[in-house]
Amino acid sequence: MRVTFTANGKPVEADDVWEGESLLYVLRERVGLPGSKNACEQGECGSCTVYLDGTPVCSCLVAAGQVQGREVRTVEGLTDENGELGLVQQAFIDAGAVQCGFCTPGLLVQTDALLEQEAQPSDNDIREALSGNLCRCTGYEKIMDAVRLASARKCAKGSGE
Amino acid sequence: MSTRTIQGQKNLQDIRQSSPDGIGGSPLRPDGNLKVKGEFAYSSDMWHEDMLWGMALRSPHPRANILSVDISEALKVPGVYAVLTHDDIPGSKFYGLEIQDQPALAIDKVRYHGEAIALVAADHPETARRAVKKIKVEYEVLTPIVTEEQCLNPEVHGYVHEPHEYKSHGYGNICHEQKLVSGLGVTDEVRAMADVIVSGTYEVGMQDQAFLGPESGLAVPAEDGGIDLYIATQWLHVDRQQMAPVLALPEEKVRLTLAGVGGAFGGREDLSMQIHACLLAQRTGKPVKIVYARDESFFGHVHRHPAKMFYEHGATRDGKLVFADCRIVLDGGAYASASPAVVGNAASLGHGPYVIPNVKMHAIALYSNNPSCGAMRGFGAVQAAFGYESQMDKLAAELGMDPVELRQLNAMSEGDYMPTGQQIDSPAPVAELLQRVKDMPLPPPLDLDNLDIRTVPGALSNTSHGEGIVRGIGYSVGIKNVGFSEGFDDYSTARVRLEVIGGEPVAMVHTAMAEVGQGGVTVHAQIARTELGVEQVTIHPANTEVGSAGSTSASRQTYMTGGAVKLAAEAVKQALIEKGRRRYGWTEKDITLVGGKVVSESAGVLVPMVDLLGDEAIDLTREHHHRPTVPFDKETGQGFGHVQYTFCANRAVVDVDIELGLVKVVELTAAQDVGKALNPLSVVGQIQGGCTQALGLAVMEEIIVKDGKVRNASFTDYLIPTILDTPPIPVDVLELPDPNAPYGLRGVGEAPTVSATPSIVAAIRQATGIALNRIPVRPEHLTGTL
Ligand code: FES
Ligand code: FES
Repeated sequence: MRVTFTANGKPVEADDVWEGESLLYVLRERVGLPGSKNACEQGECGSCTVYLDGTPVCSCLVAAGQVQGREVRTVEGLTDENGELGLVQQAFIDAGAVQCGFCTPGLLVQTDALLEQEAQPSDNDIREALSGNLCRCTGYEKIMDAVRLASARKCAKGSGE
Repeated sequence: MSTRTIQGQKNLQDIRQSSPDGIGGSPLRPDGNLKVKGEFAYSSDMWHEDMLWGMALRSPHPRANILSVDISEALKVPGVYAVLTHDDIPGSKFYGLEIQDQPALAIDKVRYHGEAIALVAADHPETARRAVKKIKVEYEVLTPIVTEEQCLNPEVHGYVHEPHEYKSHGYGNICHEQKLVSGLGVTDEVRAMADVIVSGTYEVGMQDQAFLGPESGLAVPAEDGGIDLYIATQWLHVDRQQMAPVLALPEEKVRLTLAGVGGAFGGREDLSMQIHACLLAQRTGKPVKIVYARDESFFGHVHRHPAKMFYEHGATRDGKLVFADCRIVLDGGAYASASPAVVGNAASLGHGPYVIPNVKMHAIALYSNNPSCGAMRGFGAVQAAFGYESQMDKLAAELGMDPVELRQLNAMSEGDYMPTGQQIDSPAPVAELLQRVKDMPLPPPLDLDNLDIRTVPGALSNTSHGEGIVRGIGYSVGIKNVGFSEGFDDYSTARVRLEVIGGEPVAMVHTAMAEVGQGGVTVHAQIARTELGVEQVTIHPANTEVGSAGSTSASRQTYMTGGAVKLAAEAVKQALIEKGRRRYGWTEKDITLVGGKVVSESAGVLVPMVDLLGDEAIDLTREHHHRPTVPFDKETGQGFGHVQYTFCANRAVVDVDIELGLVKVVELTAAQDVGKALNPLSVVGQIQGGCTQALGLAVMEEIIVKDGKVRNASFTDYLIPTILDTPPIPVDVLELPDPNAPYGLRGVGEAPTVSATPSIVAAIRQATGIALNRIPVRPEHLTGTL
């Protein structure tokens, strides 16, 4: 089948998509957006998290056909048109929250979504929001630092500082 | 840049300010930008026009004879390009890290659940999956050899590898063994010298590395008949060394380039899909990509050895250790992998960082029909640490002593001897590390009245509001070796090139080091900056075009490849200064490179590096070998077997819901001596990550194997700690330089994984009073419902 949708604001289409293919597969193997990662393909690790119509989802659990005509935003879409890193991306780098980085794209999208909803989450809020994203390398401490840093920067920016 | 006007001491002082991006600083990862943008190419992201997808058929049985394999139906599936069995292998059919006992594809029999039997290449992963299902294999299913008792009685239960095909270092179903005796050993007289004796048997379950990036890579057939493989691995050259004979190619025609690696932790030390992808590419003449699904990843790599251990310790009334008697049985599974080295580590480090006058030790690895086990972070030292640290707590209780004091009383320090007879010739601040974690502030007590139920074990599902919670505190310390041991000529190679690019001196560092997330690429740039006094450093992609870097394991890469980068950079620096001497006739003895300039303490700035370099590049390669070690004596375990030791201490605070049997680790504190923190940010990140894997082993992670069959090969059933399971991990870093190591550094990555598990178990014991002789600790162990 043919699937057409918007990815990071641009229309994309994929041909000869087999019915069983996931959105993750289509993004990674068909439309040249390999940023979302394939760690479990079972909805357990969060590495493949993308926005679907503004809501974070595990793209490995979404059948390709389900995104027909809808809007997808991936980790690639967190960077602006000029290639400038988004606030959350920069915070992950600065805090040392990226080691192997395989979990990073999913965590970035999930964090972005968290801060959209709640610009100043408590530590327990952060832990709850990110509990679907596994990271095997960092021990999560630096990820907590990164989210706190992103939150602080976002609030500073929001208040015009 | 061509001015030569800066002169004099003052200015020299200014430019001498070491670069914040040199060693000791925490510059950001060079690959960080790509990684957060989603543009970093991991091995599973590899893509080639016209590529095929490879997939393996795996055995559903742990032990069976293969009576026949019929691939005819699979070949008929439209879109299938090749189906291969061992008959199609052009070269040697076996490979292995230490012992070549593993067939690239099963021959006549399977020895573990998940062993690869046949391969398919197809135009879509789904096509490959369908074709794999169409391969018909007839088995004669045999009773698997899975328990210690079965393994040690091969006449009754059979051999995993028949004696005539024996390739092991051992005999029967023993893959490798190491004994050790020191002092008087453990005799009746020695026992009589102890006032108290405690003993216990301890068990460690099978842990998985569970790196997130699945095993994957892309094999591209080349025009010269060779092959290019883009691969996530820990050691490019040892992969190639094992692959080339199987592919019937000379090594130089097997070219490996490191693709992005999504974590490793030992699980990529053995081959997984490397040979398979190359065989399929050779056969089809097309690029072939293989990406394991998570279940295949559980089958496709070796795990941490499960262990059964017996420990007996004797001490005087005032707490001085008199003897230790230990037996460690590691289940190595079907193939040897790194088992021999793991046994060596267990035997030589299995007493912990303590001075014990009399020791007897026997460590063995078995061949069985369980999944193969090999390298995982902590490598043989992890299992033992659970044993000896449990014993220390038991002994402290028996003596009525504080467990930290007992440990400190017996702690080894510089100048003491290991039970192997090796003298510790660099700092060993074991007692101090324990003191440091003990002195760190404790987290506030649980406030039941103002409870955020998200912080309470089990409470999110409303099964509790914190009524049955008891808090416990536990301590531990561990010892780990750094680098490869027992006479292995461990070395690494680095190439450093200095040239002028865009009017600036730029250094390029080329090594075959596998960056698996640990941050080696950052540190290499820091070293080059420091040695060459430049700001701009580029890291060349790791490949087999430069000499071996050895494995990214054993906490050795900063020591070994970092050391090689230092040597190569120093050589480049000397060559540049030599050039200046020849050109300008400098006579000063104290010439060095700082801030892009050639300077001398006495004469100030001599010349900007760009002027001296001109269009010429200096490009030099150096090898770094560590000081030699020797194999342990087989019977006595004596010998200078390890290059360096590293120590970490932990304190764990846990809340246990004694009704539900659930544990919440509230805080896990670590103190570690790193010799010199080349990059403090990375060092702390490594220690926190290592502690978290230890937490996983303590309370949740285990591959459940019943009768040789794996029952939980998924992230649904194999649990690794989430951010909710992981507490704050305050880290105290100590820097006592090791005079034998580059910059005085000490390997970092593994020690916390060795030490942290026992502290958590100790804390749970303290909270519950339950003995807990097996990890991971499960709810049923705590509620008595086992
Ligand atoms: S890959 Fe989608 S949740 Fe793991
Ligand atoms: S950084 Fe490796 S999995 Fe998170």
